[in-house]
Amino acid sequence: MSLLRIRKPKTRKGKKILMAREPQLIESARTMLFVDGRKCGGNVKQCMKDLNQLKKPLVKVLNRKNDITPFDDPSSLEFLTMKNDAALFVFGSTSKKRPDNIVLGRLFENEVLDMFELGIKRYQAISEFKNEKIGACVKPCLVFNGPQWAQTEELRRLRNLFIDTFHREKVESIRLQGVEHVMSFTVTDDMNILLRSYKILLKKSGQKTPRIELEEIGPSADFAIRRTKIASEDLYKQARKQPKQLKEGKKKNISTDALGNKKGRVHMGKQLTGSIQTRRVKALRKTPEEKKENRQKKKVALKTAAAEALAASQ
Amino acid sequence: MDVVKEVLAKHQKELEKYKPITVEKHLECRLDVGTLLITDPNDFDDRELRDNREEYLTALTRENTQLLLNAIWELPTERVDESIVAKLPEPTTVLPRLRKVPGPRPLTKWEKFAKEKGITKKKRDKKTYDETLDKWVPTYGFKHVEAEKSKDWVLEVPQNADPNTDMFQKKIDLRNEKVAKNEIQRMKNIVRARKVDMPRSGYLGPEAASSSQLLTAVTVAKSSTASVGKFQNKLPKEKDARGLGIKELIPGGKRKASHITSNEREANLDLIKSVLHKKPKLNVDKAISMQKEEDRLAREAEGGPVRKAKPKGKGSRKAVGKKPKGNHGQRAPAKKAQAGRKRR
Repeated sequence: MSLLRIRKPKTRKGKKILMAREPQLIESARTMLFVDGRKCGGNVKQCMKDLNQLKKPLVKVLNRKNDITPFDDPSSLEFLTMKNDAALFVFGSTSKKRPDNIVLGRLFENEVLDMFELGIKRYQAISEFKNEKIGACVKPCLVFNGPQWAQTEELRRLRNLFIDTFHREKVESIRLQGVEHVMSFTVTDDMNILLRSYKILLKKSGQKTPRIELEEIGPSADFAIRRTKIASEDLYKQARKQPKQLKEGKKKNISTDALGNKKGRVHMGKQLTGSIQTRRVKALRKTPEEKKENRQKKKVALKTAAAEALAASQ
Repeated sequence: MDVVKEVLAKHQKELEKYKPITVEKHLECRLDVGTLLITDPNDFDDRELRDNREEYLTALTRENTQLLLNAIWELPTERVDESIVAKLPEPTTVLPRLRKVPGPRPLTKWEKFAKEKGITKKKRDKKTYDETLDKWVPTYGFKHVEAEKSKDWVLEVPQNADPNTDMFQKKIDLRNEKVAKNEIQRMKNIVRARKVDMPRSGYLGPEAASSSQLLTAVTVAKSSTASVGKFQNKLPKEKDARGLGIKELIPGGKRKASHITSNEREANLDLIKSVLHKKPKLNVDKAISMQKEEDRLAREAEGGPVRKAKPKGKGSRKAVGKKPKGNHGQRAPAKKAQAGRKRR
């Protein structure tokens, strides 16, 4: 139990929940919180529904309307994410000033790390594409098109946020037939972001690697970047810090030779060659003559010792 | 040779039946196979993007996906439950964490002290033998409390106490006080661990305050008179509280001047001026005596008449210690002869 908890939990269950909310060495997959604004309908609602479908089951949906303006005062949004133990959030609202508005963001230490306001210019929901869909919980391939993604800090952060949102979770291995979804993010010269989502069809190519064909399954959206809030360089660096324990240290005394064979060097310690038990070999055994000689020597030594003892007693 | 050629040609023909899996790119795309990510830094074909956007985007994405999948298909694979699984490498894209990296738990005040002094926890037995009850009783837990209750069915009222005091209630109160003290100490440990500045808590009461806090409270209270505690009596071995920020608590006492003043610029300029235009201090008396000495030496060198000091007092008496030198005597500059009328 952390020392830093001000209120002590009263039940074991509560304690467990609070323990799970403390800093972890390996963090679990990031859940996304869906929050509606004062007014939230039409394209925004549809977009959030589709996002929900893509993110399932790592989602938490709040159904009530909330009087929140994330860019003016993010505190209530921070509170909601903290309560629901979510790392990412989507806030949808529509107003006269900012029609079809979606705020995408993430948190660090219960505070908003960065968030981006995206205005929906055009939207085609998943349900509008009448074709075969992909299965649930498919890890998508992410494609970022355009030279601008790496040019400004804001877009770099947005790309990182998109990866964070859609990569689902870190996996160690993937089933080759399970690679069936690709999401493409294209940034155009007029700073619009085009989101497209396709199903991957694996075709024969006459080789081991298949030829790929794409089929659009939705959602398909054109976003305009409105307001942004990105974390300061220091905070961002702090948030990206990885625990030292997870880094693989240098392993000593292991090397690989030119053929790729692994070689280890082992420390043996000092060998006691004098008292070591070796294999008994017939050739090294004593001959009967040697044994006799030994016995003779012993006898002589005993006799002399006895004679000396006698002389001393007299 | 003909056979080889034939086979190669046949293979080539077969390949031609299918569409290619190779992709030509002007600039190389950045791949992160661990997160199934590809970033294409190539410029767009502007006209295509404008005129038939959807087809162009699909084609572009198809090419990039092909590149990514080519990389995935080259990974080492293994068979798991009748499906082929590729082992992904570590992702190179670093994503921010939700919370900070967990560090070591900060020590409480007691733990820190125990560590310094080398005090270690003693393992206690789970059950202890109770002689009055004549049985083994758990060291802690509800059964221990029950046993204690059954033992203390009667309590003695001390002779000097009021005979009507409820000793049972007193016992409960004592325990509650202990719990409260523990809670305050826990809070203090939290404050210490978080390294935050807490506002001064003031007087916490005799059971919660530390000795230094009590001392501060006494000092502040004593100095809170109209004459800043000048006429307050002191106990025989009483000390004043010392330390950071205590003087600020004493009303009317000297406050620490803030380093930021309204005329900071002028003050700094004055300081620089005083350093740059430094003049040596003149000791007039010393200068006169030095001048005199020089004159005397000059006269001696000329061979002029050397003035001898007249012997004072009896010549037969031996001088004790060193001869007093001029201008080296002890002076008390504070005790100046008062000018004007002598005041009585």
